[in-house]
Amino acid sequence: MLAAIGVDSVDELFAQVPEPLRLDRPLRLPEGMSEVEAYERLAELAARNADCEEQVCFLGAGMYDHYVPAIVDAITQRSEFLTPYTPYQPEISQGGLQAMFEFQTAMSELTALPVATAGLYEGPSSVASAAYLAIGATKGRRRFVVSRGVHPHSRETLATYAVGFGAEIEEVGLEDGLTDAAALARAVDGETAAVILQSPNFLGSIEDVEALGAAAKQHGALLVVAVDPMTLGVLRPPGECGADIALGEGQPLGNRLDFGGPSFGFFCGAEELIRKMPGRIAGETDDVDGRRGFVLALQTREQHIRREKATHNICTAQALNALAATIHLAWLGREGYRELGELLVRRTAYARERLAAVPGVELLHEAPVAREFAVRLDAPVATVLERCAERGIAAGYPLGREYPEHEDGLLVAITERRTRAQIDDLAEALGVAVAAEAVAV
Amino acid sequence: MADASYPEELLYHPDHDWAQVDGEQATFGITWYAQDSLGEVVFYDPPEVGAKVSKDSPYAEVESVKAVSDVIAPLSGEIVEVNEALADAPERINEDPYAGGWLVKVRLSEPSELESLLGAADYVALLG
Amino acid sequence: MNQQDEQVLTIFERSKRGRRAAVLPDAEVPEPPLEQLIPAKLLRDEPPRLPEVAEPEIVRHYNRLSRRNFDLDTGFYPLGSCTMKHNPRLNERVAALPGHARLHPAQQPKRAQGALELMWLLQESLAEICGLPHVSLQPSAGSHGELAGLLLTRAFHADRGEARTKVLAPDTSHGTNPASVTMAGYEIVKVATDERGGVEMDDLRAKVDDEVACLMLTNPNTLGLFDENIAEIAGLIHEAGGTLYYDGANLNAVMGHSRPGDMGFDIVHVNLHKSFSQPHGGGGPGAGPIAVSERIEPFLPRPQVVRRESGNGSGPSFDLDYERPKSIGRLRGFQGNFGVFVRSYAYILSLGADGLAEASETAVLNANYLKARLAEGRAGKHVPIAFDRHCMHEFVLSGKPMKKDLGIATLDLAKRLLDFGFHPPTVYFPLLVDEALMVEPTETETKESLDAFAEAIDQILAEAEADPDKAKSAPYTTPVRRLDEVKATRKPVVRQPPG
Repeated sequence: MLAAIGVDSVDELFAQVPEPLRLDRPLRLPEGMSEVEAYERLAELAARNADCEEQVCFLGAGMYDHYVPAIVDAITQRSEFLTPYTPYQPEISQGGLQAMFEFQTAMSELTALPVATAGLYEGPSSVASAAYLAIGATKGRRRFVVSRGVHPHSRETLATYAVGFGAEIEEVGLEDGLTDAAALARAVDGETAAVILQSPNFLGSIEDVEALGAAAKQHGALLVVAVDPMTLGVLRPPGECGADIALGEGQPLGNRLDFGGPSFGFFCGAEELIRKMPGRIAGETDDVDGRRGFVLALQTREQHIRREKATHNICTAQALNALAATIHLAWLGREGYRELGELLVRRTAYARERLAAVPGVELLHEAPVAREFAVRLDAPVATVLERCAERGIAAGYPLGREYPEHEDGLLVAITERRTRAQIDDLAEALGVAVAAEAVAV
Repeated sequence: MADASYPEELLYHPDHDWAQVDGEQATFGITWYAQDSLGEVVFYDPPEVGAKVSKDSPYAEVESVKAVSDVIAPLSGEIVEVNEALADAPERINEDPYAGGWLVKVRLSEPSELESLLGAADYVALLG
Repeated sequence: MNQQDEQVLTIFERSKRGRRAAVLPDAEVPEPPLEQLIPAKLLRDEPPRLPEVAEPEIVRHYNRLSRRNFDLDTGFYPLGSCTMKHNPRLNERVAALPGHARLHPAQQPKRAQGALELMWLLQESLAEICGLPHVSLQPSAGSHGELAGLLLTRAFHADRGEARTKVLAPDTSHGTNPASVTMAGYEIVKVATDERGGVEMDDLRAKVDDEVACLMLTNPNTLGLFDENIAEIAGLIHEAGGTLYYDGANLNAVMGHSRPGDMGFDIVHVNLHKSFSQPHGGGGPGAGPIAVSERIEPFLPRPQVVRRESGNGSGPSFDLDYERPKSIGRLRGFQGNFGVFVRSYAYILSLGADGLAEASETAVLNANYLKARLAEGRAGKHVPIAFDRHCMHEFVLSGKPMKKDLGIATLDLAKRLLDFGFHPPTVYFPLLVDEALMVEPTETETKESLDAFAEAIDQILAEAEADPDKAKSAPYTTPVRRLDEVKATRKPVVRQPPG
């Protein structure tokens, strides 16, 4: 090979790197190792994590310990889905493009909005992406009115991006677990690009999106709603509540927890926003012989063509994770998806009732919930969590850091994996832990 | 697709736009060369009536599948009419760039600018 | 059955009322009507129209669909700047371990020490490879890393009481660079490329001023050429008070041989789905961690993974540090694409210092060998190299002579390659080169694979010499032939119509 190139050594090929920039020592990293050794090292690291097989998990906050059916892995681990590049050569990418089209259809059905893109990174950055779209769609308005019920990670991410957008954010507080409607109406004006809500919100409450959204409509602002994709079998979808954009964290559909990623963000919108939407979009068409096929449509929105005027900078997204979601939804099917939603609501109602009956545990609010709810503890949350963990239960997400006004608050999440027995166990464990603190004091 | 043509009665801008002047008003569009380079037009987003255009500056965008092109104003003025038909049939820009594919009609603000535009022969010479 | 003759049905079209795959557990709890728990106005009337298909049908559907995809495990992907190297299956095995896969991101740090240590070790490894001490793993992809880098730049300048407005980038830069610049609120200014293929120094000097916040580069650049002026470029930008950003898309050329930190870069993003073997998945997931210099460190996203000495004899512990007063804040939910970190860390562990250096060496060798093969015969004549010097891990050819002499465009050559069982190189990028073909073989291709590709190119050109129409109507043997993209874009159909 060197002869063909016309050099005597590979070193000659690196001659274009100036001598002072050539690293004159090996990288200070361990030497390579055999597969078995690498496996053992990774397994040893894994063993030091209290995962959901070790601790019964009532943690939620946007990511949930759902059961991912076995066929999801069997399909997504296939070479043909795992290893190809982005489908820029559609003739040899019909598998991936059709999968995207099916995903888009599924998410459009869930949210009741006509246009879905092939996805973004995850939930919180999708909120920031919606804000970017709203600036363009409202011809340059740069104010956002955001409910405090929107996930803290989404609000923080939006604040980070807003520095680049030159945008202002006004936060509207919660009253009894729900967005303060009067305060929201006061906050929205003719400079507002979008009103951003979440339902169920971070405290688990189901918001009246249609009523809250009226203020946005009045002032020509976009209504952006973040939703939980596992609850759309039972809850009125954002498209039926006046939302212009519905988005959210897609992890509950087909994706593992993976300590927070990779998952995907879904992003759906009204027809008139299609040319402003971020991310790839698969479209249906025909080939020269009339065969049905799929291609990347409306590429002129994207960075590789539009460059500095692109609707978004995204390139690599989360295609495989979106495929996992599509398979999961196909597996649940029309009836199963609704049934699962109903199961979540009923088990959550049961859990809420059991916990509210525990001495020293009180509901944080009485608003209707779907699959997650907040309680207040008569004992330091951190200590209670520790005692529960020692019993093999991750009892919930402590609210105090992001909601200092609920320093004694705990967010409890339910999935179809949380059995009645486990819920009863949680109630008992909380009761014991809170009581132990009372004694200690 | 029309054959290459550059009507004699029009005036041309080096950035591949034409103007048909009628007293204080003019109609603008893109030339045969521009639509040929762009490929099949899939989308045209017209500016608003009342918007001001300045000579040599972009006033709209024309999109093909794989490219976006700025449309440059050959003369300055105020837009009085846009070609609404292009919303449903942007391909007219390819089929008939000088008539059915017209983009905007403008009330001119600076008639002296006409002097800087090229005649058909000079424009064709530019194309080389 | 010939795939071209397959009937194409979506999963929705395979629906039959009443079929289903899922069997769900019993509720085990009281089952009041939902209206008793949630007000009716908040409830959905009709369930979403998801498919109704039994499990065996779902499996067949997606298996058949998968066979309508070309993939890296099947064949060669010489896509420039994509670094399509082999995806080791060990990575999938370890990523699936429950300790990694079934770990909730909000688990208490003391109960996620394995995960946090893994992240810290990956950070340290990337810091060493990049030559910059501080790393954040948060960004989810390269363009996310770019946005982060620009927001870090903004925070850096704001901290000094400055508000600069412009960012410079070469005309050869990847589209994500200018797109990120606009999202970060800056104005992009393009810098020209000289005849050697590097940054045009006079043009750069003319454009660097105190309004310039940052210069974004990749080195080697998208032409596959190492810019020998990089030290001077870094000096220029730093003297003017700006930051120097490295797009890590081309890191595969220099691992263990040169480090962007040593070249003078302040902020580097690394594409784990490129140099670090994370599978592309048909368009993600990936990750775009960033490594930064000391002066940029205070602004890094929150939270940061940190290592703390215990001081009491027991080993160090790992934590998520939220106390970062100058941080730009969060870029996304939780900690980042941890599953990708597991895979990339397994890759780095497997290769080690020696293996990574060898990977880059082999990548550069393979690219130069393929370039030499394609400089011979028909390829040398019709698709000559754009910049005639040794390349690094990728090179760019121009199809302009081919278009003129044979009447076929780069697009046609690419489509004909599909019939030969190859994914084409990147086409029509960088914009600087007419009818560009950007070729990056990576280190995991054998010599035979490279020879086969060169032979295929030769055959296609020979064909075109005799009959240009052959390539113009290609491909012939793929599941579908050329698709009507105009129709797809003029009247977009982006979902299955209901019913």
